[in-house]
Amino acid sequence: MKLKRALLLAIITIATVLTGCEPLTVLDPKGPQAAVQANDIKLSIGIMSFVVLVVFAMLAYMLIKFRASKQKEDYEPPHIEGNIWVEALCVGIPVLIVAFMSFVSVQSNYKVESTPPGYEDKEPLVVYASSSNWKWHFSYPEEDIETLNYLYIPTDRAIEFKLYSFGPITSFWVPQLGGQKYAMADMVTTLHLAADHPGDFMGRNANFSGEGFAENTFDVTAMTPVEFDEWVEEVHNTAKPITEEEFVGLLEPGHLGKMTFTGTHLDFMPAPEGEHAGHNHGSSDDEESNDDHEDHENHDEHSEHSGH
Amino acid sequence: MKIDHSLPLEYSTEQNRLKILGFWIFLGAEIMLFATLFASYFVLVNGTGNGPSGAEIFEITPVLAETILLLTSSFTIGLAIHAMRLGNKKAMLVFFGITLVLGLAFLGVEIYEFVHYVHVGAGLQTSAFTAILLTTLGTHGAHVTFGLFWGLFILLQVKKNGLTPETTNKSFIFSLYWHFLDVVWIFIFSFVYLKGMM
Amino acid sequence: MEFFERFAVPHPSPAIYASMVAIGLTVIAIFAGLTYFKKWGFLWREWLTTVDHKRIGIMYLISAILMLFRGGADAIMMRAQLAAPENKLLDAQHYNEIFSTHGVVMILFMAMPFIIGLMNFVIPLQIGARDVAFPRLNALSFWLFFAGAMLFNISFVVGGSPDAGWTSYFPLAGNDFSQSVGTNYYMIAIQIAGLGTLMTGINFLATILKMRAPGMTLMKMPMFTWSAFIANIIIVFAFPVLTVALAMGTLDRLFGANFFTSNNGGMDMLWANLFWVWGHPEVYILILPAFGIYSEVISTFARRNLYGYKSMVGSMVIISVLSFVVWVHHFFTMGQGAFVNSIFSITTMAIAVPTGVKIFNWLFTLHKGKIVITTPMLYSLLFIPLFTIGGVTGVMLGMSAADYQYHNTMFLVAHFHMVIIPGVVFAMLAGLTYYWPKMFGFMLNERIGKWSAWTIGISTLVAFMPMFFSGLDGQARRMYTYSEASGFAIWNMISFIGAAGLAVGFALIVYNIYYSFRYASRDIGSDPWDARTLEWSTHTPVPEYNFAKIPQIDSVEPFWDQKKHGKKLFEGELEKIHMPNNSGIPFIMGILFFLWGFSFIFAMWIPVIIFTLAIFGCMAYQSFEKDHGRYIPLEEVEETENKLGGNR
Repeated sequence: MKLKRALLLAIITIATVLTGCEPLTVLDPKGPQAAVQANDIKLSIGIMSFVVLVVFAMLAYMLIKFRASKQKEDYEPPHIEGNIWVEALCVGIPVLIVAFMSFVSVQSNYKVESTPPGYEDKEPLVVYASSSNWKWHFSYPEEDIETLNYLYIPTDRAIEFKLYSFGPITSFWVPQLGGQKYAMADMVTTLHLAADHPGDFMGRNANFSGEGFAENTFDVTAMTPVEFDEWVEEVHNTAKPITEEEFVGLLEPGHLGKMTFTGTHLDFMPAPEGEHAGHNHGSSDDEESNDDHEDHENHDEHSEHSGH
Repeated sequence: MKIDHSLPLEYSTEQNRLKILGFWIFLGAEIMLFATLFASYFVLVNGTGNGPSGAEIFEITPVLAETILLLTSSFTIGLAIHAMRLGNKKAMLVFFGITLVLGLAFLGVEIYEFVHYVHVGAGLQTSAFTAILLTTLGTHGAHVTFGLFWGLFILLQVKKNGLTPETTNKSFIFSLYWHFLDVVWIFIFSFVYLKGMM
Repeated sequence: MEFFERFAVPHPSPAIYASMVAIGLTVIAIFAGLTYFKKWGFLWREWLTTVDHKRIGIMYLISAILMLFRGGADAIMMRAQLAAPENKLLDAQHYNEIFSTHGVVMILFMAMPFIIGLMNFVIPLQIGARDVAFPRLNALSFWLFFAGAMLFNISFVVGGSPDAGWTSYFPLAGNDFSQSVGTNYYMIAIQIAGLGTLMTGINFLATILKMRAPGMTLMKMPMFTWSAFIANIIIVFAFPVLTVALAMGTLDRLFGANFFTSNNGGMDMLWANLFWVWGHPEVYILILPAFGIYSEVISTFARRNLYGYKSMVGSMVIISVLSFVVWVHHFFTMGQGAFVNSIFSITTMAIAVPTGVKIFNWLFTLHKGKIVITTPMLYSLLFIPLFTIGGVTGVMLGMSAADYQYHNTMFLVAHFHMVIIPGVVFAMLAGLTYYWPKMFGFMLNERIGKWSAWTIGISTLVAFMPMFFSGLDGQARRMYTYSEASGFAIWNMISFIGAAGLAVGFALIVYNIYYSFRYASRDIGSDPWDARTLEWSTHTPVPEYNFAKIPQIDSVEPFWDQKKHGKKLFEGELEKIHMPNNSGIPFIMGILFFLWGFSFIFAMWIPVIIFTLAIFGCMAYQSFEKDHGRYIPLEEVEETENKLGGNR
């Protein structure tokens, strides 16, 4: 036991020293969503450390007190079936803890799934983030810009990411701005993020997607609204427009550096949402699937006509 | 083997009782198997891609024929077990045989149905909907096919050895299996065909 | 030549060539050895055709230990690759294959057979039965598992290993992104092994429901039997889901179906859902019997009855129900919205309550006890704190908003290793050490045993605690390398040291087996631990029929009552005993399934048809075969009983 405790202590010391130098990325939030998550994490670490300590203390007490070597030779342990009150306590306290954490969890769920507080007054900036093996394409429909493997965002607006994939399931993750969400080929998911202050952040695909997964990263730069507008202007002045041919070339598996284009690929290759969604995707949204169905029938009729 | 004469023959030995219980547990697993297939079916039913939907390919005549054949066979296997309990080997063999013939006829119609689907462009590769449709029907059909061989072997054993604790036990378990396939078919009929045609 | 090209490994490396040579040499050595020592007949009669639950259990355990070393080698390679940034030990493709096989091998071909092996050996003894309900089906279960495991393992040297992770998410695992036959191996090998597991589930449910000794009501069953009972219920309800999912995956890959593709209406999330509808209960299939083992061990070495028997049973029932309604927590980040996430977040955290009850009950079992620290007890005592760390991080992961940050990171990897290693692996080692004397008639050395327990316990902490930190620092799981600038290097280096420590610990166990085999005393009696339940009341070595007389039970700890209170356990006269005959069919079917699976993986349809017919031929043969078992004559029973130290 002593050895283990010494070791635990050592690990905790190392951890404190290291975290003292540089805080862990996830616990160093730079946006409101990441802050919600970091608070939840810290809160749960606190509660759970308490649980761990209680269990450790009880175990240590039992082991110290009731070792055979500490007892008389002829000591016969009693037969104890259980005690309804003790057991009720063992159920009751965990139930209270879990109820409290559930309460927090549910609240945070709704927070991270909506536009972050403080940013409601402005329309969120919509950015389509799509992945292909092993790159990220960022399309700014409003600004009419497309970038590859890097992302510029303004600090005064919430960002609404529309995520989808040109290949395997990937997961869009910028730890310092907020948690991740999947990008899939046949539907669009939405992730609400915002950056409080200008800065550079690491972004990556967190979901395993094959050979080039480890290097499937992108750089995020948050900047003031003025700087962002300047950047938009600059792109429009310098970058060339994206063409379908070129974009298809970009989708080929492999790694590419950063690129900038005017226009977005959404014009010629729309995201799988609305009428372009794969057929009924289990969001069990009846309306949507009916729509799909009608689309499909219209489509059939259409092709019949052209057949004539 | 100790034989308890107070019980029906199929339950009369310890091993027989174990086998019947074990088979019930197996049917529990089978329920999960088909439940998963049904759940997947409901999820993928609108995933028709460029292929046809259920309403476009389902035909009521073969489906009704299959339903009647299988329901009747479930009835005749019940009669066979009843005859077995009465110790009437001949009647039991006749009803058991009719069951298998009806099962074979069911399978024939189902094969026709499958050929029809492939013919109208609803093959396994067409869309997620056709794939799950053919897989669900195919799993049931494979169970029926397996049952036909199994039933035939039991029939031969009853014919040769008479109504012993062993053969009655096998026949009884087979009847459970056959009733189960019937129940699954009722679900397929209601939730795949009727729902699809409406 | 073209025909053989398909069997080539797409990304050969020295490690793969070395494995080829090693596998070849091992096979030759086994064949040569068996021939030289003229052991073929012995092997066939005593092991390959056996239907004895004890021998099947031992075969499961041997296979599981072999697979432990296969999966362990994968683990060491992974940790070595990640020990330093930009390491060039493995390339991305090999790393992907290795972590995929590590997961599958450890969960399905190591932990499962280990648990099932212990169940096989212990359960009939614990409930006073002479065998399981369907001994021949039991043998078939084993050989199907073994065929599946061998099939999965040859993927490394024939055709290429699966490389889409142990979860094999589509469309990554589909034909578009995974062209080698690796994922076919995954689909087929697990399918075959899974069929075996399903049969085990049915078999043990029937056994436990119907074959308990007279007087042993459900609420007088030993805790391990209870836990196995619940685990087998979960097996029967969870494994068919996997069967369907794998069948659909196979159709996608080999027949061009569109279940999980991104076009023609397919839905990739369906795979993830089906996989985890099976996958989460699977975790409890492993951990519940492990809890059962801890209950037995802690009660034995606290020299006390188990505290809170009823709440132990109740908590397992609740866990088994909850285990089916939490699967979405494996993909909170799939975008199903706050409401669905909230529900599954609550159900997930709710599992902590019954689990906590069990932890407290073990602690209260120690209370007022007379604790003797033996190797199995040491594993159990290490389990409690380490598992608590793993368990509480599970509650943290259950908070779905925060999970957006934990998901797919090393934090998650740390969590499930801290749950599975202390929870399941320690239980297996405790169970192995505890039941070793009953299996082999000698005890494992306590001194070496404790050294290995401490080494493994501490190494587990060293290997997995850093991952919590690197996860929170942004290290995604399944990355084959990372940059110097990321700052992950220190955590991964510590992890590597821990992994090396684990390797030393397991090596010590192997040395212990060798050492004890050479030097341990064979004169240990039938109850070396001073234990409490029925399995210790029979002779060591356990005779083929387990109990010459069927015991009469009137408490949870009948053997303890016999020892301390002089209650009569075995009454009545000796009789001739009915036992099942050996059969070669299960073994032959195992081989046929192996060949069938192999042909299927490579889409060689003519052999597939031949082997399918052969498998059905075996079943038809079984149907017509008349085998009523045999009787061991009274004289032989008397002789055996006298030889083993007297009639009980």
